[in-house]
Amino acid sequence: MFSSLLLVLLIGAIAWVGASAGLASLFGVALPYVAAVVFIVGMVWRMAYWAKSPVPFCIPTTGGQEQSLDFIKQNKIDCPSTTWGVVQRMFLEVFFFRSLFRNSLADVRESDPVSNGPRSIYYSSKWLWVFALLFHYCFLLVFIRHFRFFMEPVPSCITFLESIDGIMQIGAPRFFWTGGLALVALLFLLARRIFNQRLRYLSLLNDYFPLWLLIAIVGTGICLRYFDKTEIAQVKIFVMGLTHFAPVSGADINALFFVHLTLVSVLLLYFPFSKLAHMPGVFFSPTRNQANNSRRVRHINPWNPPKQYFTYPEYEDTYRDAMAEAGLPLEKQPEKAAE
Amino acid sequence: MAKLPTPQMLVASRPAFPDKSWLDTKPEFTPGSFCYPAKKETMELLHMPNPHDWDPAAEDWNLPENWEKILCDAFADRLEKHRSLKLFMDICVRCGACADKCHFFLGTNDPKNMPVLRAELLRSLYRRDYTMLGKILGKKAGARGWDMSVVKELFYYAYQCTECRRCSLFCPYGIDTAEITAIVRELLHEVGLGIHWIMDPVKNCSFTGNHLGIQPHSFVEIVEMLADDCETITGIRPKTPFNEKGHEILFITPSGDVFADPGIYTFMGYLMLFHELDLDYTFSTYASEGGNFGSFTSFNMAKKLNAKMYAEAERLGVKWILGGECGHMWRVINQYMDTYNGPSPANMEVPVSPITGTVFSNAASTKMVHIAEFTADLIRHNKLRLDPSRNDHIITTFHDSCNPARAMGLLDEPRYVLRHVCNNFVEMPENTIREQTFCCGAGSGLNTEEIMELRMRSGMPRGNALRYVQQKDGVNHMACVCAIDRATLPPLADYWAPGVTVSGLHELVGNALIMKGEGKRTMDMRQEDLPNVAEDEPEESPADAPEAQGEGQ
Repeated sequence: MFSSLLLVLLIGAIAWVGASAGLASLFGVALPYVAAVVFIVGMVWRMAYWAKSPVPFCIPTTGGQEQSLDFIKQNKIDCPSTTWGVVQRMFLEVFFFRSLFRNSLADVRESDPVSNGPRSIYYSSKWLWVFALLFHYCFLLVFIRHFRFFMEPVPSCITFLESIDGIMQIGAPRFFWTGGLALVALLFLLARRIFNQRLRYLSLLNDYFPLWLLIAIVGTGICLRYFDKTEIAQVKIFVMGLTHFAPVSGADINALFFVHLTLVSVLLLYFPFSKLAHMPGVFFSPTRNQANNSRRVRHINPWNPPKQYFTYPEYEDTYRDAMAEAGLPLEKQPEKAAE
Repeated sequence: MAKLPTPQMLVASRPAFPDKSWLDTKPEFTPGSFCYPAKKETMELLHMPNPHDWDPAAEDWNLPENWEKILCDAFADRLEKHRSLKLFMDICVRCGACADKCHFFLGTNDPKNMPVLRAELLRSLYRRDYTMLGKILGKKAGARGWDMSVVKELFYYAYQCTECRRCSLFCPYGIDTAEITAIVRELLHEVGLGIHWIMDPVKNCSFTGNHLGIQPHSFVEIVEMLADDCETITGIRPKTPFNEKGHEILFITPSGDVFADPGIYTFMGYLMLFHELDLDYTFSTYASEGGNFGSFTSFNMAKKLNAKMYAEAERLGVKWILGGECGHMWRVINQYMDTYNGPSPANMEVPVSPITGTVFSNAASTKMVHIAEFTADLIRHNKLRLDPSRNDHIITTFHDSCNPARAMGLLDEPRYVLRHVCNNFVEMPENTIREQTFCCGAGSGLNTEEIMELRMRSGMPRGNALRYVQQKDGVNHMACVCAIDRATLPPLADYWAPGVTVSGLHELVGNALIMKGEGKRTMDMRQEDLPNVAEDEPEESPADAPEAQGEGQ
């Protein structure tokens, strides 16, 4: 937990010192380019790596009633039997975290008056779902909002998004809710790992690092907007230079901006090689993206080995006499087989 | 078998998490914590790799000298064969949503029984060889190399998972621990590690057709005896066709229902139902095992045992196969059979109920229908005369078996049948039924005596749910559609909710079924006195019996 925090602080410090020492083009130009290339190539590589292995069996986890008799109502979304059903299931999974929404909290009691003995109670537990959803959506909106730095003229939808985001009209510049809420959600996810005994026991460096990294990215972003205010016009010129492959000097820009940019670059570098690959991964999940129709449509296994089994003739050869005595029908009667 | 603690003691005695990191703690192989190993001869007979004698409690497991290479190569091979494995190794974010969804974790509080950590046992090995971060940072990033203690740990926890898939339902990415456990078990088999309680039935199923290894003539004799019992109860002796060619339907059910109480009463229910319908069907002694212990061993072994079904359907020339009540059998049939051994033989056709004309188009390719679908359809079309009051002595609940629930979606068909054959049906709490059902605690080949306390622990969530409805609603019976459940739930009920009996669905159907020309029923399927039957009452003719309970059209 602390080592990953130190790692993130170290990255930030290096970027700060580097940018202050006149290496702005290294942290502001070279690194982002490398990071973008690694991210894109890495993600393609990762997905190709998954796709190279076949899906030998049709193994959806069914979350409701199957399609069977016409008087029994199928749960077409949680137990889809068609591609359209799968699309709906995946949509709910990706956009609303359907499975996480089921989350419950088990409480085991040694004695309970109703059970007159031990009892397990399952409470609804939606906090993880709420904050996970909150973080992902806020982060997505923050990401989209940033396109105002990449595009000229700024598309009206992004301007509209900004006006919605700052609708409470708090402070100057206006406070964007998405940034603040993303930070709150991240802090919740981090606190969960630290204070929940089970989570703490199973969490690794690989779990804390992306959280601290994201907290640092959102944190520096918020600082750049509200506290250590950076010159937006200059940043835009600098970023437009990057996107048009004609980098301009960023020497006049705040060092914190380069910290922010460096942290984002590290995120991009880290993404394809870590658990963050769950983003494209969820689409590949065979327990979610397959229809439960394997009795109706034959699923093909490309490496299906040849059949090898104890055949009926071998079986009859082994037990013929006993079978004849029991009056069971035979392919070959004992006297015939003896010939 | 050691004496079991009381349920309260069991709940109270779940230890706290260890102080040390999970990478530094190792399981202790104390008696009762592991299943007995498979015998060398059994493994040899089945041509399993590296058969050898070994003892889980011993320091040295006698693995082949190059065991590390065998395991590394096998792991690489499985990654290439299963996208699921690569994906599940890569994308877990360790959010922990799966943790308290696992019955083994709830019952033992062992952190490595949290599905996420169970998978981390393998993921840590994956990290070292397949991820840049793991290669660079090693243990800091949760990576580790193979060593004997890791192999032992994998064995320990792969046989403390019943492949029930409950965690997979709650995982935001659908990561399926059943898939990981199944593959870990496959890997362990590569170095000759398996358990007796799975491999012995595999051997028997393979060579004699059923898991106890009962030879064909004895198998027939036992079924004849069950038919005699049906005659004692109803006055009608149902027919018992075996290995006959030219019938429309081949009926396959887990062989446990032929041998073991209370499964035999479910089997008698089948016999009576088919007799009453005058169904054109046959049993097979060759394909007399619906259950598939191969599916607890490896994908190939599952395929091998399953191959007999289509082979026998082809030899006998049947049009379709009707499958009895079983859990993992139906996982194999629904999700694997057609892929393993299809396409179905040319003589087979899309299943059509000969009684109602219903086309089972959902089974158009596999050509296998579940008995609960078949019976629900009969009741819907008013084809059965039922007297649910014969089950009035029970207040029943229904246990969804993991596989039909989460690998098939068979939820309402058995309930439809149950509601028509019983007047008193109460559901257990909603987080413990349907797709959220809890395992009996001993599925996937773990229903062996030597781990009884562990079974009671892993069965705790189910046991607690049962006790709750027993105390609150007076439930005294639990119906299920799984042969393993019929073997594992009675001891579970005796422990957690004493007084609750367990039966298959079709035992209750058999009780309620009014057969043409039957005598007055005074006994239930277990030959115990039916309530509400006065001995001196004048003989009722069957025509006076209550009307059929179907809903009509």
